[in-house]
Amino acid sequence: MTDDVKARIAERAARELRPGEVVNLGIGIPNLIPGFLGPGSGVVLHTENGLLGVGPRPEGDEHDPDLIDAAKLPITALPGAVYFDSAQSFAMIRGGHIDVAVLGALEVSSTGDIANWAVPGKDVLGVGGAMDLVVGARRVIVTMTAMSSRGEPKVVPVCSYPLTAAGVADVIVTELSVFRLVDGGLRLTELLGGSTVDDVKDVTEASFVVALEGTHAAR
Amino acid sequence: MTSTSTVSAEEVVGVVRSGDTVMVGGFGLVGAPLTLIDALVDHSDATDLTIVSNNIGEPGRGLGRLLRQRRIRRGISSYFTSNPEAVAAVNAGEIEATLVPQGTFAEAIRAGGAGIGGFFTPVGAGTLLAEGKEERVIDGVRHVLEKPILADVALVYAARADTLGNLWYRRTARNFNPLMATAATITIAEAGEIVPVGELEPESIVTPHLYVDRLVTAA
Repeated sequence: MTDDVKARIAERAARELRPGEVVNLGIGIPNLIPGFLGPGSGVVLHTENGLLGVGPRPEGDEHDPDLIDAAKLPITALPGAVYFDSAQSFAMIRGGHIDVAVLGALEVSSTGDIANWAVPGKDVLGVGGAMDLVVGARRVIVTMTAMSSRGEPKVVPVCSYPLTAAGVADVIVTELSVFRLVDGGLRLTELLGGSTVDDVKDVTEASFVVALEGTHAAR
Repeated sequence: MTSTSTVSAEEVVGVVRSGDTVMVGGFGLVGAPLTLIDALVDHSDATDLTIVSNNIGEPGRGLGRLLRQRRIRRGISSYFTSNPEAVAAVNAGEIEATLVPQGTFAEAIRAGGAGIGGFFTPVGAGTLLAEGKEERVIDGVRHVLEKPILADVALVYAARADTLGNLWYRRTARNFNPLMATAATITIAEAGEIVPVGELEPESIVTPHLYVDRLVTAA
């Protein structure tokens, strides 16, 4: 996956976020989203290791060793930021106080099941906060390429990888399209990057309803 | 107990015995009590330890040093993956891994310290991490019973302590430390700075001194 593809997905996902929303960004493509949020976006970023009010990455070599995000990378804190312990951080998440979680996935099913933490027989030793976030956040946006690096579709009828949670995805943004989960089913609501419905069908194993909302609708 | 003794790190790790469960604060190495961990590595021969920590350090750093000494029998963690040597040790059958979603991990420690016998959470229901756990449907939602996590010894880090053992944390170095301080038979706090009683603003104290049994100055 090229950086350009990742950036396009992040740019589109950024447009899903509304002023005033509290948003938790996962590792990978979601971490590119701040670059597409204007200074006046009004979006408040939460990181599960204990900070509400995440600012930009520090510039240059100077950074505070006590100030990192969930990717364990240096960050800054904005005025009004607040620190808390991990139990309170996850009470915010589990308790439905986080408006949006944006995260990557290995697979998403047509009923919104997400698999994003484990590859069987390979790595089932790191889950972090993924399960808590997809269960607790009010809206879950998945950002991922339409196909895996091995050329397999990632939007599937049933996930083959171990689940993170069942029936939790609300929006899927890939480089080709936006899907929305409505009434337990998958709707193609937007085509991206000049793709056609057939292009999307070619890389999507799950069945979906075409319900295009126009290029810049979908707010 | 309300009495807190200030001792050397080399001396204090003598309380850790072979077979003990030891909680260790920190998100990665941020907020990890590195002086205490190094003392445990260099000045204790306690082995067969169960380590409760979000990560098992990094290769050759923090708990990663204890891992290299093969003194860890079992890890309870949300993310072993940040130390590839821990993943290798699990895959080689050298240590037993118990993987817990991060919010469940935090809440189970909180519950342990608060005398709660367990709690039902929707997180993990229907996934690999709920296997073997009691489930209950509450208001139509599947929940998993999670038991509290307790320890014989907790090693925590705080930026500032007073001589009574009241603790103040700095930025995202707080993470699991205040929770772990409540959930062990003996809590040993490592402080960046130890100030006279009365110098910490009472309202800014996060861990009240009754939880802290021993106090060590960070190296």
